[in-house]
Amino acid sequence: MREVDIVIIGGGSAGMAAAIGAYKQGCRQILIIERDKELGGILLQCIHNGFGLHMFSEELSGPAYAERYLNMIKDAKIEYLTQSMVIHLNRDKIVEYVNPVEGYAKVQAKAVILAMGCRERTRGAIALPGYRPAGIWTAGTAQRYLNMEGYLVGRKIFILGSGDIGLIMARRMTLEGAVVLGVAELMPYSNGLPRNRKQCLEDFNIPLFLSHTIVDIRGKKRIESLVIAQVDQEMKPIPGTEKEFFVDTLLLSVGLIPENTLGMEADIPINPKTRGAIINESYETGVPGIFACGNALHVHDLVDFVSAEGEKAGISAARYIENRDTQTKTEDTDHQFSILPGDGIQYVVPNVVSLDRMPDKIEFLFRVKQEYRDCILKVYGDGKLIRQWKKKHVAPAEMEKIILNQEEMKVVSDELTISLETS
Amino acid sequence: MNIVKEMPCIVCPMSCHLSVTLDENGKVLEVTGNSCKRGDEYARAELSNPTRMVTSTVKLTNGLYSRLPVILSKVIPKDRMFDVMAEINKIEVMAPVFLNQVLLSDVCGLGADVLASRTMPALKE
Repeated sequence: MREVDIVIIGGGSAGMAAAIGAYKQGCRQILIIERDKELGGILLQCIHNGFGLHMFSEELSGPAYAERYLNMIKDAKIEYLTQSMVIHLNRDKIVEYVNPVEGYAKVQAKAVILAMGCRERTRGAIALPGYRPAGIWTAGTAQRYLNMEGYLVGRKIFILGSGDIGLIMARRMTLEGAVVLGVAELMPYSNGLPRNRKQCLEDFNIPLFLSHTIVDIRGKKRIESLVIAQVDQEMKPIPGTEKEFFVDTLLLSVGLIPENTLGMEADIPINPKTRGAIINESYETGVPGIFACGNALHVHDLVDFVSAEGEKAGISAARYIENRDTQTKTEDTDHQFSILPGDGIQYVVPNVVSLDRMPDKIEFLFRVKQEYRDCILKVYGDGKLIRQWKKKHVAPAEMEKIILNQEEMKVVSDELTISLETS
Repeated sequence: MNIVKEMPCIVCPMSCHLSVTLDENGKVLEVTGNSCKRGDEYARAELSNPTRMVTSTVKLTNGLYSRLPVILSKVIPKDRMFDVMAEINKIEVMAPVFLNQVLLSDVCGLGADVLASRTMPALKE
């Protein structure tokens, strides 16, 4: 069986950055396995601009951002396979894949980086009532059809869910001549970035119905109309608030779920809140030598943060290989503390910090449970306040970040809690 | 009487929450909440001459896909977006195409060029 140091599963933004990270750390036997025709992942269908402000201090389109990384991969002569689908992964880090050239093939890795990205929630995932006609798409699928394959999937559109992809598609389809009749959002707030609400909906007078959901879908062959209704605090539709829209297409932008079928096959423990792997400060999962990053770990708002995370995971994987033979310490003697989401916090990444391997500073990424104004973010170590920040505005749609240094975390022995308190 | 207008900044995905203070004649006195200079510029432009970036795709032959993504070299007035789209929709290109290659210059006389937003190698030379 072929042997390599690091196999990276997925050649999108996370996977490409992970390869660069590992390369910078000195690893030269890296293999990226990508299922699509070329590297780049979902960036290739995100033709709008706004990518790269943090990484390159420029505002690039998705394809242009991907091209920067592709050029780095090519310059570093990092090996990659395209049209290659990983079908199995096990704890021993044997990666099985299929492609049109080799057929079925296996590779033994010393470390594996999971960078498969995420999937869109579908109609089935949200149990949408009504008939099941054609013309119902996830927003990302419609985006790929429109921006890469050249098909506009409909002319009279309604969008369920106010996530960024849905908002971006509302503008995109409007510019291409379709009519977007409205966007319904179950929650009382939008899940998209404020700038997308402004430039994708308000600019085109597309109404946003907050606290609304779809209660019926009509049409037997192709969708003909749908009915929305306002929901109460228990998310139950309120009778008498129904509105019917005559459409030929419904786009769903109802959330993303980290893709982890392969990780689960390799027994990595999953965080039920993020649906991604439980990881330590080095982006290592519960299975030593298997790392995770990007949207396969937790869904990000900005690709720049995905790249940053991918690069760190790549560096960690390369370090893991360097230390593998020299390290005598076992995981059992390693002193660790847990990171817990406190009041008002949905989840925190990473979940575990090892005191022995703790770097100078650690970045904690998290999402809040709901929109708050003028609140205080507090970090507790074993119940004692370590640090606090005043926050003018926080929302679930905007991932928050705090950085703690080694000094601050030295006092923690069991658990570090991040919570949000309203003043 | 000064008026305070709240608006999200659309310059970058940071989406800063801007507060713009205007005097009674609509003159901008102060912009707060922005994390960079571009936020200040955006708020002032948005209240006088709003501009937008346009990205789209054009017909592509001899490439990996049937569409090539394009972007403008600079923002254009917000109310000219559909005029610019009409011009973009007339463009047809054949791979190879290079990143930032000018596919149409000075679209609608607005001083912005339509650029390829990725490199597309040729399928057949």
